Amino acid sequence: MSSFSGSGTPLLDVRNLSVRFNTRDGVVQAVSDLSYTLRRGETLGVVGESGSGKSVTSLAIMGLLNRAHADVAGEIMFEGTDLLKLSKEELRTVRGRDISMIFQDPFACLHPMYRVGSQIAEAVRAHEDVSKSVAQARALELLDAVGIPNAKSRARDYPHQFSGGMRQRAMIAMALVHNPDVLIADEPTTALDVTVQAQILELIDKVKKEFDIGVVLITHDLGVVAETATHVLVMYAGRAMEYGPAHEIFTAAQHPYTWGLLESMPTVEKRLDMLVPIEGSPPSLLRPPPGCPFHPRCKYRFEPCDKKRPPLQSIPDGHPDACFLSPERKREIWKDRIGAELGLTV
Amino acid sequence: MSTTPEARAGHGPLVEVEHLTKHFPIKQGVFSRAKGVVHAVEDVTLTVNRGETLGIVGESGCGKSTTARLIVRLLDPTSGAIRFDGRDITRVGQRRLRPLRQEMAIIFQDPYSSLNPRKSVGQIIAEPFAIHRTEKDKKQRVQELLDRVGLSPEHYNRYPHEFSGGQRQRIGIARALALQPKLIVCDEPVSALDVSVQAQILNLLKSLQDEFDLTYVFISHDLSVIRQVSDRIAVMYLGHIVEIGNSELLYEHPRHPYTAALLSAVPRAETNGGTSTRQRIVLSGDVPSPVDPPNACVFHPRCPRFQPGHCDVETPLLRRFEGDQEAACHYPVERWPMTEEELRHPFGGRAAAESR
Repeated sequence: MSSFSGSGTPLLDVRNLSVRFNTRDGVVQAVSDLSYTLRRGETLGVVGESGSGKSVTSLAIMGLLNRAHADVAGEIMFEGTDLLKLSKEELRTVRGRDISMIFQDPFACLHPMYRVGSQIAEAVRAHEDVSKSVAQARALELLDAVGIPNAKSRARDYPHQFSGGMRQRAMIAMALVHNPDVLIADEPTTALDVTVQAQILELIDKVKKEFDIGVVLITHDLGVVAETATHVLVMYAGRAMEYGPAHEIFTAAQHPYTWGLLESMPTVEKRLDMLVPIEGSPPSLLRPPPGCPFHPRCKYRFEPCDKKRPPLQSIPDGHPDACFLSPERKREIWKDRIGAELGLTV
Repeated sequence: MSTTPEARAGHGPLVEVEHLTKHFPIKQGVFSRAKGVVHAVEDVTLTVNRGETLGIVGESGCGKSTTARLIVRLLDPTSGAIRFDGRDITRVGQRRLRPLRQEMAIIFQDPYSSLNPRKSVGQIIAEPFAIHRTEKDKKQRVQELLDRVGLSPEHYNRYPHEFSGGQRQRIGIARALALQPKLIVCDEPVSALDVSVQAQILNLLKSLQDEFDLTYVFISHDLSVIRQVSDRIAVMYLGHIVEIGNSELLYEHPRHPYTAALLSAVPRAETNGGTSTRQRIVLSGDVPSPVDPPNACVFHPRCPRFQPGHCDVETPLLRRFEGDQEAACHYPVERWPMTEEELRHPFGGRAAAESR
C-alpha cells in the first residue's frame, strides 16, 4: 500500500474532458474542458445542481456513455493509461476492478430476482477465475465488513428484504470486491434518511482509509461535502467554477456561484429572516449563454462577463476559480459579506 | 376572507387533532383477509394555530404525510378527532366536506407528477374555480395568481413540460392559493428542487403567508428547511410524536434522544470552518417496521439512552418542559450539545427516580 498523503502521482488524472451529446434538438455540451486529479486517501467532492455535468463526468470515467451518441474528448489518465483510448474489452477489465461505482438508488442497481449474496459473488467472478464457493465466501466477508448484521443469513435475502441503508451497504460491498483504487459514489445518500445517511458516510470514509483508495463523491449537498471531502470541485453548466482543498472552499470561497450555493442553503444552526436565493434557473446546455455561463444569475457581473468566458485560474495564496473579479475583490466580498454572514471565515 | 394582521396575532387554534390514529390493514388472498396492520399514525395529538407554521419532521415511514392527509381528510382516521376552524370534521361525509375543502389546500412534493401534462397552466390553476363554481372572471384571477407567485401572466396558455422544476412548483402554489384557503399543507414542497431554487420557493411561501394570512402544515425530512420555515415543530418516529414544541427551543435544546440524534446527523458546512466541535451521534440500525412496532417506547431498540426493564416495558407519555416543549421519553436529554458518550449515560438513578 502506498503512503497516505496528498502528494505522489495521482491515481486519476482527468484532463480537458469534454462530453457532447448529439440530440434531435441539437448538440448538448454536457461537460466542457474539465480537469481534476485524485490521489489515494483523498475524497473529491463534486458539487453542482442538476444538469451541471457532475454525473456525466463520472459516467465518462467509467466508460458507461454510449460512444455512438456521446462525443467524449480529452484524457482520463488512470495509472498511466488513457481510459478513453481503451477498447471496450480492455475497459471492462478496469471497470469494476480498478475503478468501481455506487449509485443513488441502490434498489435500481440490484437485481430483484437474485439473492444479495450471489449478486456480490457474481461480481467477484466477473474479474477473478475462482470457484463459486470461494466467491460466496468473499461476498460474506465483505457484507460483514460493510456492517450488515448476520451477514451469513442476510446474504440469502433478496434486495426487497433489505432496507435502503442496507442496500447501499450491499452496493458498497459489491464495489469493493476487487480492492479497487478508485470508488466513485454518485449521490450515495440522497435517497436515504438523515440518520442512515450518517451511517453510510461514515462507512465510505472508513472504507477509504482501510482500503487506501481515492473517492469521488458526487452530491448536490454542500453539507455532505463539508463533512467528508478533502477537495471540492464546484461545477455549473458543465464547467468547473471553483476547485480546491475543502477547508479553503469552506473558509475562503472565491466564486460567486459557490457563494450563492452557500448563502441559499438553510442551516440547522439558525433561522434566517430570509434566505438568499440565486435568482433564475440553470441555463439550457443546448444553448448555453455567451461568456461566463453563470453571468445571467450573478450578482457581481460586470463588463466582460457576458462576452468573454473567464478561464479557471489560480489566485495568489488561493485555489483556482473561473471568475473575472479581481483576487482582492473576491477576498473582500467573502470576508466582509458572505463568509462573515455565514460564520465561515477563520 | 381578508383577515387583518391583528386577527392573525389573535391566534387560537385552526386545527385541533386529538388521539388521531390511522391503521392500514394489509390484505391478502381472494377474500382479502386482513393479515396484519400498518401502524401509520398512533395517538397523535396536536394543534395548529392560526397564522403559524407547524413543521412535521421525521424519516420516511414515520407517518408525517399520513398525519397531514388525515388533517385535510384525504384519508379517514381509524380513531381520534379532528377539528378544523371550530368544526368537528372527523366523520363529515364527502358532500359536506366539499365546501370545507375550499379552506384547505395541498402543495405536493413532485412538481412533475402533480400537474396534469395535458392541461395548460391556465386550466390547471382555474380548475379549483370550476369545481367550486366560485369565480366569474377566471382568466384575470389566474393571471393575478401567476403574477403573485413570480410567473408571467403570458404563461397562461403554456403547458407544464415547458417549465423547470422550480417554476412548476410555483404553478402548484398558485393552484393551492386559488380559493384563498386558510390552511395549506406543504408536503415536502422543496425536496425535489435544487438548493438555489429551493431558497426561492421557501421565500415565496413565507411572503405569501404574511400577505394572505395563511396557516401552514409543513412536512419535510430536511431539518434545515424545517428550522427555516417553522414556528413550532413536531418530530415523528414510527407514527408517534416523540417531541413537539417551539422551533427555536427545540433546536437549541432537544429533549428527546431521537431529536438529538437527528440534529447531530445533519451534515453541515460549519464543521469544516473550524467553528464547531460537534460530534455526530450515529444511530445504529434502521427504523423498525410499522407492521410490528417495538413494545413500549418505539425508539428503544435504537436509543443510545435505552434502559432495559423500563423503556421496553413502560410507554413514555409526552411530558412538558420549559416553554411548552413536550417530549415522550423517560430519560430526556439534560442539556445540549452532548457527546455520544455523555448521551449514553442518563443521570443514572436520579433520572430513573424522577420519571417514575
